Amino acid sequence: MFVTAAYAQSTTTEGAETHDAAAGEVHTETGVANEGGHGSGVFPPFDTSTFASQLLWLAITFGLFYILMSKVIMPRIAGILENRNDKIAQDLDEASRSKAEADAAIAAYEQELAAAKAKGNAIASTARDAAKTKAAAERAAIEASLNDKISAAEVRIADIKTKALADVGSIAEDTAGAVVELLIGGKVSKAEIAIAVKASASS
Amino acid sequence: MAGDKVDPVHQFVVNTIVPIHIGGIDFSFTNASLFMVATLAVAAGFLYFTTSKRSLVPGRMQSVSEISYEFIASMLREGAGSSGMKFFPMVFSLFMFILTANMLGMVPYFFTITSQIVVTFALALFVIGTVLFYGFYKHGLGFLNVFVPSGVPGILLPLVVSIEIISFLSRPISLSVRLFANMLAGHITLKVFAGFVASLGTLGALGIGGAVLPLIMTVALTGLEFLVAFLQAYVFAVLTCMYLNDAVHPGGH
Repeated sequence: MFVTAAYAQSTTTEGAETHDAAAGEVHTETGVANEGGHGSGVFPPFDTSTFASQLLWLAITFGLFYILMSKVIMPRIAGILENRNDKIAQDLDEASRSKAEADAAIAAYEQELAAAKAKGNAIASTARDAAKTKAAAERAAIEASLNDKISAAEVRIADIKTKALADVGSIAEDTAGAVVELLIGGKVSKAEIAIAVKASASS
Repeated sequence: MAGDKVDPVHQFVVNTIVPIHIGGIDFSFTNASLFMVATLAVAAGFLYFTTSKRSLVPGRMQSVSEISYEFIASMLREGAGSSGMKFFPMVFSLFMFILTANMLGMVPYFFTITSQIVVTFALALFVIGTVLFYGFYKHGLGFLNVFVPSGVPGILLPLVVSIEIISFLSRPISLSVRLFANMLAGHITLKVFAGFVASLGTLGALGIGGAVLPLIMTVALTGLEFLVAFLQAYVFAVLTCMYLNDAVHPGGH
């Protein structure tokens, strides 16, 4: 049983809170531990008798860890990250290419649309012009024929008028002859009546 | 193991499991060795199996491995520049090994290998040794520029250079003692408060009532210790990057 200065000190400081039974337990426990291990009695981290073993095992474990890290783990993680960056860059490239393609398609579509519009306008305007000229020509023809008809009708009207005017004299003479016969009961010669009618028409 | 609760130092005792003696020197396989192997197995196993699928879209666990990798990569690139990236496996191994060792140490009844000064000092010497070896190998005597900051007036130079040399020499000590002392003190504090809970609990109703306070402390300290476990691994890695920067760029003060 080693009850060392360090343990004694720690148990006395603890002793304020613990009763003697617990302190006794500590002694046995630490004693057992020291029997199994390094009982040199100094504060355990400063126990130089364990240093050689700790250094050796640290060198083995940390050396192995270092090799594992540098040969296996880190290249793998670097590969994963690189892969991902490549994939992202590739996807971005693809996206920008798709965008460019879409832009080109839109531009082509708009160009075609503009061309089609222009063509449509041209067709429409030529059709309109053709229709206009045709309509103008037809109107001119119709107007001409109408003018002809009007002038023919005017001629006829003038004829009919003169004829009617000429007829007015004979009607007046007949009427005057009939009126005179009824008034005076005797026949009057046609020549006289014609002279009288002419005189009244001119007066 | 009832007595363990009361003796806060017992957890740091190195016990022989398989005695091995070579040339009169004790190279026994101890509980410390066991947890070094466990650290190796857990850290390497985790990184190996989480990345074995090599998914393009990472799962949760693969993300953890990738984040650790990128975390250390950016830390080293910021600390030592792109020419320092040749030390990436070293810094990554150190970080993962210390982090896993610290985290394993948080499991009850587990041995904390980073609470052994010889382990942390060996790791610190490995770092400083690498700095010295690579510094002299790459720059020859030009590596000594690391002790001569630029833009210092001539009259102050001897003083500044001696300060630089002392600070350089103290690096392995501060690097190792920082990790060692943090893990040691944290685990002792945890054990002491947990011991209060156990010993007060045996004192009857009043004691159980009184044990609530140290119990709360123990819970809070456990959370803090997880933070410290990560933080110390991080600090060790960051300082390693800074020291490696000196080896890569000796004049770059």
